[in-house]
Amino acid sequence: MTTFLRDTAIVFSREITPSLREPAGLVLEMGQPLVFLFLYGALLDGAVGSSWQWFVPGILVMMCLTGPMGAGYTMLVELIGGSLERLLVTPLNRTAMLVGRTMKVTVVLFCQAVLIVVLALPLGFRLYPVGALAGIAMLLLFATGLGALSFVLAIRSAPDGTLFWLVTQALMFPLLLLSGVFLPMDGGPDWLRVVGDVNPVTHVVDAQRALFSGDLTHPSILYGTAAAALIAAVGLVAGNRALRKGV
Amino acid sequence: MIHARALTRVFTVKKETVHAVRGIDLDVEAGSLVALLGPNGAGKSTTLRMLTTLLPPSSGTATVAGHDVAREPARVRARIGYVGQKSSAGENFQVRDELVSQGRCYGMTTAAAAERADELLDLLGLRAQARRKPGTLSGGQRRRLDIALGLVHRPDLLFLDEPSTGLDPRSRADIWEHITRLREVYGTTLFMTTHYLEEADTMAERVVIVDGGRIIADGTAGRLKNELAGDHITITTRTETEAATAAAVAASVTEAPDGVTVDGTTVRVRVARAPAALPAYLRALEEAGVGAATAETARPTLDDVFLTLTGRSLTDDDLPA
Repeated sequence: MTTFLRDTAIVFSREITPSLREPAGLVLEMGQPLVFLFLYGALLDGAVGSSWQWFVPGILVMMCLTGPMGAGYTMLVELIGGSLERLLVTPLNRTAMLVGRTMKVTVVLFCQAVLIVVLALPLGFRLYPVGALAGIAMLLLFATGLGALSFVLAIRSAPDGTLFWLVTQALMFPLLLLSGVFLPMDGGPDWLRVVGDVNPVTHVVDAQRALFSGDLTHPSILYGTAAAALIAAVGLVAGNRALRKGV
Repeated sequence: MIHARALTRVFTVKKETVHAVRGIDLDVEAGSLVALLGPNGAGKSTTLRMLTTLLPPSSGTATVAGHDVAREPARVRARIGYVGQKSSAGENFQVRDELVSQGRCYGMTTAAAAERADELLDLLGLRAQARRKPGTLSGGQRRRLDIALGLVHRPDLLFLDEPSTGLDPRSRADIWEHITRLREVYGTTLFMTTHYLEEADTMAERVVIVDGGRIIADGTAGRLKNELAGDHITITTRTETEAATAAAVAASVTEAPDGVTVDGTTVRVRVARAPAALPAYLRALEEAGVGAATAETARPTLDDVFLTLTGRSLTDDDLPA
C-alpha cells in the first residue's frame, strides 16, 4: 500500500509538473467555457429565472466532460510516442499509473471550477458555500470516472487512435446537448425527456443546479451522486483491468 | 543474465493466428554484447518485449536478471533497463524532469534522482538541453536522451530495440561510442535488436540471427561468415554466353556447386578462400576460352550468411529508411 501511494504521488507529480511550469496553459484551456459563460450566460439572462445560478453549474459540468475526456488524449500520445512503454518497464505500480493521472485531471478541474465561480461572482452569481463545495466534490468524483474511462478508451484505441476520436466526438455532444447543460429540457417533447433521463450527465447537472442554489435537500442530489459514483466505479474497475492486461 | 526456453508468442490479428515467436532458446552471459539480427517481422521486437515483461509469453519461460518474467515481472523490471524503438521521453515534459521522474519510478528519492539526472545529462552531452522539450531536440540528441532514461537506475542489463534506426551516420557512430563506453566502464550486459548488418557485424561479439520467429544461426560474426557463407569471387565477362561458360567452369572448380550464381554478364562463385582460388579459376577460364573482363574477391557479409540460410537477402524488404 505504501508503494502504491508513493507511486501514485510520483505519477501525479510527473503529470502536474508541466502545468506548474506553464500555468498560463490552464487558463487557455478554459477559453471555451469562459466564452460560453459570458456570451451564453448573458443571452440566457432572464430566460431561465436567475440565469447565472442556472448556467454556472452547467458550465462546470461541461468542463468536467471536456477536461477528463480529453485526458485520455495525453495518454494516447504517450502510448503512441513510446514514453508509456518506457514507464511500463519500470517497477511502477500499474494502478498507480492510472490513479495518479486521474488525480492530476481532477486537481486541474478543481482549480478551473474555483476560477469559474470566482469570475461569475461579479456577474450576479450567488455563492452558497456548503452547496458549492458539495457540488465540486461531486464533480471531482464524476471526473475521476470519466478520466479513467477516457484512459481505457485511449488504450483500446492504440496504435492509431482513430477509435478514441470517433468515440469522444460521437459521445461528447449528445451527452452535453441531451443533458440540459445549455438549455432547459423541461419544454422538450417526451422522447427528449426520456433520453435525458437515461443520460447520467442530466442527473449530475440537475444535482449541481440544486447544490449551487443552496437547495441541499433536493432529491436530484441523490440521483446525481449515484450517477457520478457509478461512473467512477465503472471507470476505475475498467481502467485497472485494461492496464493489467498489458498495452 | 538471460535464459529463455521454448519462448513462444502467438497473436490473433483479425481472427488469424500469427506465430510471431516460435520457441526460442537463448542464454546470454553477463557482460556480453548480443545482437538479435533479422528482417522486419522476424520476431526480434516481440522477443525483446517478452524479455522486458512488456508482453506475457504464450508459452515457454524466460529468466531475466535472475527472475522469471511471467511470475516476478516487478523484480525483473527493477533490474533491467530498456531503450525502446520509439521515443522514451514524453513530448510534454522537459528533458531533465523526465530523467528525475524516471529515477523516482525506480525508488530513488527526489534528491538522488535529481543528482543522477544531472550526471546523465553530462555523460550523454545533454546538459544544454536540460530545460527543453524532446520535440525541440535533434534525432541524435533524442536518442541519447532515450539511452539516458534507460540508464537512470544503473541496470546490469540494458535492452536496446533498434538503437540507431533513423539516425544519420554521425549520430549513429556517436550513439555507439556511448554504448561501448558503458560496457567498458560498468560491464553492462547489452542485448539489442538491429536490422543494420554492419552494426551487428562490427559492434556485437555475438550475433543471433532470427527469421520466421526462430533462431536460425548463433555465433560470432566471424564464425558465422566463415562457416555459413565463405568468400566470393565475382567476375564479369563480355557476353552472356561467356558468362554461362564461366559459370559451368566455376561449378567444376568450386567445392560448392550450388554457390554459383549468374546475373547477366556477372558470375558470382562461393569459395573457401577467394585469394587462393582466384588465380586457379582465371587459368581454368582461359583454358575454356573465356576472358574475364573484371575479377574481384570479397569477404562475406552477414547478409551472405542470411542468404545462405534462407535463400533471401536481409536487405530485400528492409532497406533502412
